[in-house]
Amino acid sequence: MIKLTGLSKKYGKTFVVRDASALFPKGEVTSVIGPNGAGKSTLLSMASRLTGSDAGVVLIGEKLLAQWDTRELARHLAVLRQSNSINMRFTIRELVSFGRFPHTQGRLHDNDNNIIDNALEHLGITDFQHRYIDELSGGQRQMAFIAMVVAQDTDYVFLDEPLNNLDIKHSVEIMHTLRDLAHKLNKAVVIVIHDINFASCYSDRIVAMKQGEVIKEGTVAEVVCKEVMESIYEIPFDIQEIGNQRICLYYNS
Amino acid sequence: MFFYKRLLAGLILLLIAAVSLFIGVADISLASLLSGDQQTWSITLVSRIPRLLAIVLAGAGLSVAGLIMQQVTQNRFASPSTVGTIDCALLGYVVGLVLFSDASQWTLLGVIFAFAVSGTMIFVKFLQRLQFKNAVLVPLIGIMYGNVVSAVTTFFAYRFDLTQSMSAWTTANFASVLQGSYEVLYLAVPVCVLAYLYASQFSAASIGESFARNIGLDFEKIVLIGVALVAVSSASVVMIVGVIPFLGLIVPNIVSLFMGDNMKKILPWTAYWGMVLVLACDILGRLVIFPYEMPVSLIISIFGGGVFIYLVLRDKANA
Repeated sequence: MIKLTGLSKKYGKTFVVRDASALFPKGEVTSVIGPNGAGKSTLLSMASRLTGSDAGVVLIGEKLLAQWDTRELARHLAVLRQSNSINMRFTIRELVSFGRFPHTQGRLHDNDNNIIDNALEHLGITDFQHRYIDELSGGQRQMAFIAMVVAQDTDYVFLDEPLNNLDIKHSVEIMHTLRDLAHKLNKAVVIVIHDINFASCYSDRIVAMKQGEVIKEGTVAEVVCKEVMESIYEIPFDIQEIGNQRICLYYNS
Repeated sequence: MFFYKRLLAGLILLLIAAVSLFIGVADISLASLLSGDQQTWSITLVSRIPRLLAIVLAGAGLSVAGLIMQQVTQNRFASPSTVGTIDCALLGYVVGLVLFSDASQWTLLGVIFAFAVSGTMIFVKFLQRLQFKNAVLVPLIGIMYGNVVSAVTTFFAYRFDLTQSMSAWTTANFASVLQGSYEVLYLAVPVCVLAYLYASQFSAASIGESFARNIGLDFEKIVLIGVALVAVSSASVVMIVGVIPFLGLIVPNIVSLFMGDNMKKILPWTAYWGMVLVLACDILGRLVIFPYEMPVSLIISIFGGGVFIYLVLRDKANA
């Protein structure tokens, strides 16, 4: 489990994240939602040591983030941001192999190759594993990066906007994969996501943020409700229950 | 298949190396070598073999330096000659000569190296702060930066009467390489070995800072190691042979076109093609106006300029 307590981050005098607390349990998908500039990505970066925090603590497993050795942490926590360069020419397999680096420091054994094969298989990209990532579509490329995180085989998986610019088919496939990682392999999966209906249908927990603060945190039923959604997005919401799924309607507001 | 490819590559290198050994004003033939002719042997040992080794070391060293530079800056057009490394090395050379006029070769190399590292680091830090994604701008800004630095160098050179020696460094020429004067170039060997050991880490850094940190790497440290290796390699080449433009830019890019960017895989080939290219250009430079020589930097500039334009256009087409 990962527990954030009172996390804050300031740029100059403005708070990007202020006194945020949240819980990311193992075996569950947690979605962080909120409007642009709510501090979602910053929260994710602080929780995964990519950005330092100005106040607050992050507890990862039984140790505080500050006590983790960064190499050791890479075997327990994987984080994927949107800022990766796609100009460099690596094949999908080479990219996915980087996921094994924390475990092997660069030397792949048979065991690692099996894990890489399984990750490629899992994401359905085995057939073009030898193609370069700069030749792929956005969806295939995202599958490759997620396969790399799968190969890293960590207890905690953080993804910043994994559905960014993807079509519906790839979005659904990725959300299925993430849910499997949480439910079948007992990982804690945390995603920053803009599509609230994907969040609602595929998450176990939701953290709703606005202007750097966590407004509401809890199960889908607790967070995806008219009051919370209207307060964070500042537009009228109609929330329908369709076959056990809560769907937000906000198109005609 | 794989083995034959390597064997063929090795044979080609040996062949060009042999050609290089037997070209020159003094006539050297296999027969005279075999007959143990004293003068032939002394020319071979004092001039031809050192020249060959210098070419091979400089070619491999600069190409690998370019490859490292491209990976740590995540930019295809970065290389010792497009991010100011070589201009800073030259500034270091002039400052070194002025401050420690009777210093040993190694002190001088230290000063050059210090200037090359810090000058490159300034540019790399600057790049990391910029958020634009247009890859072609990087070499443009880098070349401008290099020109500003070289203006300072020229100023000092004028003040201390060093302009004549300066022109000798800015055009690379292997003709002056003799036994006892080129050994600093052996620094290329540890540079290549270290680059190979850090290859996976450089490659991870080339995908992105957060990508590298995610797999537990210290991004800043990798960049610093990379820049230091680039600086050692470029500094030694500048000091012994002079400036060989474009080499660190075109060789890694051509190799990457065919083999991708996985450094562990392409590093040996980058070094190999660097050697072959410089050897070939040097041979050409020696033959064009035989028995006189054209500086190797001139030949490489003509060839490299063309490839550079092709790469820029190709990048535009993809973007």
